[in-house]
Amino acid sequence: MSRTEAGFDDTAVVSARGLKKRFDSFEAVRGIDFEVARGEAFGLLGPNGAGKSSTMRMIACTSPRTGGTLRVLGMDPQTHGPAIRARIGTVPQTDNLDMELTVRQNLQTYGRYFGLSRAHVRDKAVELMEFARLSDRADDEVQPLSGGMKRRLAIARGLVNDPEVLLLDEPTTGLDPQARHLLWERLFRLKQSGVTLILTTHYMDEAEQLCDRLVVMDGGLIVAEGSPAGLIEQYSTREVLELRFHPGTQTRYVSAVEDLAERVEVLPDRLLLYTKNADATAARVSERDVRPLSSLVRRSTLEDVFLRLTGRTLVD
Amino acid sequence: MATDTPRQTLTTPVRATGSVVGPWRAMALRMEVLWSWYRRYWRANLYSSGLQPLLFLGAMGLGLGSQVKDGSFLGGITYLQYIAPSLLVSGIVATAVNEAGHPVLSGFKWKQDYVAVVATPITPQQLYGAQLLWIVLRLSISAVIYGLAAALFGAWTGPGVLLALPLAVFTGAACAAPVMAFAAVTRGEGHAFVALNRFVVLPMTLFAGTFFPVDRLPGPCLPLVWISPIWHGNELVRAVTLGGLSPLPALGHALFLVAMLVTGMLAGRRSFYRRLVI
Repeated sequence: MSRTEAGFDDTAVVSARGLKKRFDSFEAVRGIDFEVARGEAFGLLGPNGAGKSSTMRMIACTSPRTGGTLRVLGMDPQTHGPAIRARIGTVPQTDNLDMELTVRQNLQTYGRYFGLSRAHVRDKAVELMEFARLSDRADDEVQPLSGGMKRRLAIARGLVNDPEVLLLDEPTTGLDPQARHLLWERLFRLKQSGVTLILTTHYMDEAEQLCDRLVVMDGGLIVAEGSPAGLIEQYSTREVLELRFHPGTQTRYVSAVEDLAERVEVLPDRLLLYTKNADATAARVSERDVRPLSSLVRRSTLEDVFLRLTGRTLVD
Repeated sequence: MATDTPRQTLTTPVRATGSVVGPWRAMALRMEVLWSWYRRYWRANLYSSGLQPLLFLGAMGLGLGSQVKDGSFLGGITYLQYIAPSLLVSGIVATAVNEAGHPVLSGFKWKQDYVAVVATPITPQQLYGAQLLWIVLRLSISAVIYGLAAALFGAWTGPGVLLALPLAVFTGAACAAPVMAFAAVTRGEGHAFVALNRFVVLPMTLFAGTFFPVDRLPGPCLPLVWISPIWHGNELVRAVTLGGLSPLPALGHALFLVAMLVTGMLAGRRSFYRRLVI
């Protein structure tokens, strides 16, 4: 294990080998291997029920694994839960902020659980409210804040102990586009300051925006791993031509366009043609007298990777 | 978006600032947080836990008591003095059961602050301990208020009240500990607590020697009285205020409550852990 001058493990912040989680008869995580390096933004991408949140809870030391090994900051969550939790930050999927306290009080009281002095949490709260752009709401109760503000406060709260790793479970689910972009910008800034980010999401755009590297999960297993661009390159073509038809009629045209693309995916209301140059493919489609309701040329995304790997879409 | 704030980035996290504190300090920190909540909302709380038993004391002790003749069981004291200790116990137990029920379920289910706390170095067992200590603190405040106010009515016969207050709080804690364990395994919307109050706490208050001695009850009812913590509490609190209880039965009453407290704590620590670490 390599070590920095400060004496801390500089290699893996989290490492999992054959990690499993079973609830009675249901196995949510079925043996996964992954490593997260210090300073990295690492994503767990997958649909609901893929095992992302279960994995996150095991890393957060609030859910014991039922198989395999797991090390967080070099320690075993089973035996060093409190010591690990002292050094990580957690932003849960549903905001469990104290709605009856003020923004400032939420940050100060939470900091106290980490053994921080009153003076320290007082200053830290001011710094974090600035970071989360909540300074002007400092002494307001949390209840009336917007969803985006609450989520930013939840993130600020997760940073109260200057964590080395921040765990974010679906950080932008349920937020409007503007709130999401502000949040992404804040998270990007955090990453720049050296915090290791581990996040789950079922939004491909979020994974592309934030993650250096990600694993695609499905049915409790990792089905692919890599950088967003690398995964797209490996599992999809550069461009996609979407042909939209009346739902149910799309299958008639498969044979007509099949040989124009490297791969064709059939969705309920459209065909996806995977190709290097979608404009050229579109021209050849119209030469063949195929008349879709509409067509769209776009670049491949992680959604396409997921479709290729699992045969299903991420968000139903 | 908005213009950039002066401070662009946060401190680079070489090493996190959080640390693990010992179990007692952990519980103290949790109680400190509960206190900062209480400071905002103490008025409503004080009414329900402090004032209500006093209304009972006024109505029953003075109002109804004026109609109670100095019969066999009073033996020279007023009815007010007879029921002041036991109303203390039943008031404290009612508060204890309320505080250990709905608010605890809410910590898991609605408010979810328990879920937030166990993401920090604080453990579920420490969280349980802190909540129980917090309830004990709240009960102590209520007991002192009741004790002072009842003194103004002339409800106490001597300095025994100074022992009665902690004994009543102890009875409350013995009830709170298992109710918290029950709350931690409750999955529904909390209707169970209404049933608990209606079918357990209220009958216990009525038939466990609060308003009249239990020997006035028909014999077959007595086993139900014996398993009632309020009766054990009443006997102890009456003994220190009015006298007339020999050491051996007193020890028995105390042991019953200790057993209830310890069993409740073991079950509570376990059920908190099982609900929060899944």
